[in-house]
Amino acid sequence: MEKLVCEIGVEIRNADGLHMRPAMQFVDVASEFDCEITVSNDETSVDGKSIMQMSMLAATYGTKLKIKAQGGDAQKAVEALRELVEQKKFDEPAPGEQKKE
Amino acid sequence: MKFSDFVCFEAIIAELKAKDRDGAIAELVASLDKAGRLGKGKREEVTRAVIKREKEASTGMGKGVAMPHVKHEAVRDVIATVGRSSEGIDFSALDKKPVYSVVLLVSPADDPDKHLQAMEKVFKHLQQEKFRKFLRQAETREQIAELLREADGNPSW
Repeated sequence: MEKLVCEIGVEIRNADGLHMRPAMQFVDVASEFDCEITVSNDETSVDGKSIMQMSMLAATYGTKLKIKAQGGDAQKAVEALRELVEQKKFDEPAPGEQKKE
Repeated sequence: MKFSDFVCFEAIIAELKAKDRDGAIAELVASLDKAGRLGKGKREEVTRAVIKREKEASTGMGKGVAMPHVKHEAVRDVIATVGRSSEGIDFSALDKKPVYSVVLLVSPADDPDKHLQAMEKVFKHLQQEKFRKFLRQAETREQIAELLREADGNPSW
């Protein structure tokens, strides 16, 4: 059977960028899926299920990342990750917004 | 960004006296303070803030390394230092294993991008098995400092 491959682009929209806590959230969501997930910026590609590798991306506000998923649930995975990064913004404020206490 | 841009070599602790997480954090913050890298009288405050952050989610990312950190107004620029424990410290790490190398990072409150750059540098190297091994084996402050300087010259490490 051919592997399902889905690739999307996302943009980091929380002011503090992909620091450790968001990176962990990303890994948590990614790990709910069976498909392989790689995340890349212009320079590097990393395993979306590895916290050390995700921390290494150091994606700042406004950075565009590519998320590539391969496997049966690839479509669902990229949708969930897009929601986390772009809609929920890792439950963090966008620039200029007040922090939620 | 290079280690030499933000690591305070003078504050490196080759053998932590502390046997637990909070003690290790306090020791490293005190060392930065002693080296004059924190705002005056901020030692306690920074220690508490790092521990508070650590309690929210462990920075023990597995493979024997942890990177406790906080954003705090006690510093004007990103500053870090390294502590080593040959016995290992329980950091409630993701893989539940003891931590042998602790990288403490204190970043200014208003420069998230620089914080990320420092994090990128630290994890780029911590991911390399060779680097982790050497860091764990380095027995003196000079050896640890030397390793970091060498890593600055070898991005692939």
